[in-house]
Amino acid sequence: MGYTVFYLSAIVIVPLSMIFFNTIPMGWEPFLHAVTAPRVLASYRLSFSTALFAAVFDAIVGLLTAWVLVRYRFPGKQFLDALVDLPFALPTAVAGICFATIYSPVGWLGQTLIKYNIEIINSPTGIVVALIFIGFPFVVRTIQPVLEEVEQEIEEAAQCLGATRWQTFRKILFPHLFPALLTGSTLAFARGIGEYGSVIFIAGNLPMKTEIAPLMIMSKLDQFDYQGASAVALVLLVISFSMLLLLNAIQEWQQKEYR
Amino acid sequence: MGIELQNITKKFTGYTALDNISLNVASGELVALLGPSGCGKTTLLRIIAGLELPDSGKIILDSKDTTNLPPRKKNVGFVFQHYALFRRLTVFENVAFGLKVLPFRERPSRSAIQDRVEHLLKLVQMDWAIKRYPSQLSGGQRQRVALARALAVNPKVLLLDEPFSALDAKVRQELRRWLRKLHDEIHVTSIFVTHDQEEALELADRIVVINKGRIEQQGTPQEVYDHPANAFVYNFLGNVNVFHGRIKNGKVSLGTHHVDAPDELKYTEEKPSQAFVRPHEIGISRIRSNQADLAGTIREVRLMGGQIGLNLECEGFEHAIDAEIPRDLYLNLQLAKGEKVFVSLNRVRVFTGDYEI
Repeated sequence: MGYTVFYLSAIVIVPLSMIFFNTIPMGWEPFLHAVTAPRVLASYRLSFSTALFAAVFDAIVGLLTAWVLVRYRFPGKQFLDALVDLPFALPTAVAGICFATIYSPVGWLGQTLIKYNIEIINSPTGIVVALIFIGFPFVVRTIQPVLEEVEQEIEEAAQCLGATRWQTFRKILFPHLFPALLTGSTLAFARGIGEYGSVIFIAGNLPMKTEIAPLMIMSKLDQFDYQGASAVALVLLVISFSMLLLLNAIQEWQQKEYR
Repeated sequence: MGIELQNITKKFTGYTALDNISLNVASGELVALLGPSGCGKTTLLRIIAGLELPDSGKIILDSKDTTNLPPRKKNVGFVFQHYALFRRLTVFENVAFGLKVLPFRERPSRSAIQDRVEHLLKLVQMDWAIKRYPSQLSGGQRQRVALARALAVNPKVLLLDEPFSALDAKVRQELRRWLRKLHDEIHVTSIFVTHDQEEALELADRIVVINKGRIEQQGTPQEVYDHPANAFVYNFLGNVNVFHGRIKNGKVSLGTHHVDAPDELKYTEEKPSQAFVRPHEIGISRIRSNQADLAGTIREVRLMGGQIGLNLECEGFEHAIDAEIPRDLYLNLQLAKGEKVFVSLNRVRVFTGDYEI
């Protein structure tokens, strides 16, 4: 217990509280001014909405992937399984460069998409694409163990009682997987808000349009506006933390019922 | 609502799980599939339920061929060894599940579902737990809920896969008697799988003994126990002493001891044979009352409740003999470890042929 508190303090709490202390000397007025500037607000909106889109998409595709990995045997399964973790390991900048190359108007996917008037690069869509990639393993890796735990017998019991496959999924499996799905997609969401490396390569970083919140912080730092940067960071921190808190509360409430 | 199985064969890679099995179960019957683990009995049950497909053969349920129907169209109730209750649903929702997934037109009204679930839970004596979750129940209670859930859809046949084997001995026995009573009330055609001969003998109307994917014998518990068709059945239905010997001129040799061979085995030529004696069919006395009695020494005494188990070393016998005698006799004779007694083999069964146990 003592060690845990110490490490938690040293690694997490102390550095994060510096943001807090850096911001305090600013005073209330300049703080509000800094964090409610239209450009900053636009960046928050962009960060949160793209992260949300990506998280929802990841939830669906991640569930399917986890399903396939748990339930089916096929050649190359190990390979696919390893592939899932790649976004964890790859430097995000590398991912960003890859995306920028593929989706640019001369890249081999961008070329086709531009014909249908779909612009990936320099648009929020591009940010979503990058965030989907980054958040994907979170969903798969949280669902996989829960799905493995569901005995075949449970599904067989439902079938014998006359349930179709869809009914079995909707009424039995999905409620079972839901907490894990929620955790996974929230992690993906949280990661999406904080993601920097891959996004800046693809977003184009146009003020008010494709400028994400972490980039906002970077550009403030570039202008030696340290207090402004920590003010923006503080808001980001508070929102992220309260979301994770909320998630924990939801899970607690879910578990309480049947355990 | 009888079941007719015709020539069911099922092969898995490397071995044959079921080898040409044919079986009829009459409407309202309670049949036990009895056999050692890996004999194919569970596979047979799963094939009837449609959870596995046979390689060949037919399953006629209620005079309709249901061989290739998926489980949800078969209308069978299946009770699993480990209950397989839906953990996220309450007891009520578990039992109501089969009714709630019915197509809209066949689905009973909410109040009808409520009534049916309450009725079923009363039947299995679990009505007090209607709002609980499975994790709040003991194993025996869960299995009862599972039974109510299986009965909710009015199944044509109830299939139980080792329903009591995950429970402890006392609960197992209680539930066994209770299930028999329940069956006498509702008369749903039932097949249960077990490897516990006591369970099969106590519970079933008819026992089907299965070994290595084949039916060895079927009949009422009495018939199967008293007239086992072969050495396997005899051995599987209870504890036995086995004597490997030879049969010749109407006599069977057991060690240096001889007994008369049964009429159908009065060969003149010599054949290998096996003689079986159940421990409770062995008599123990202090005085030699019969020329055929064996002289023996008690090597071990085991308390087994109402019975006392004795491990005896007898003259002319290679292996020790297990006997069971009533506690009263044990006390009367004032037996103890190391004492000399006379042993009579009251009932010997002889089978020929080499049979591996």
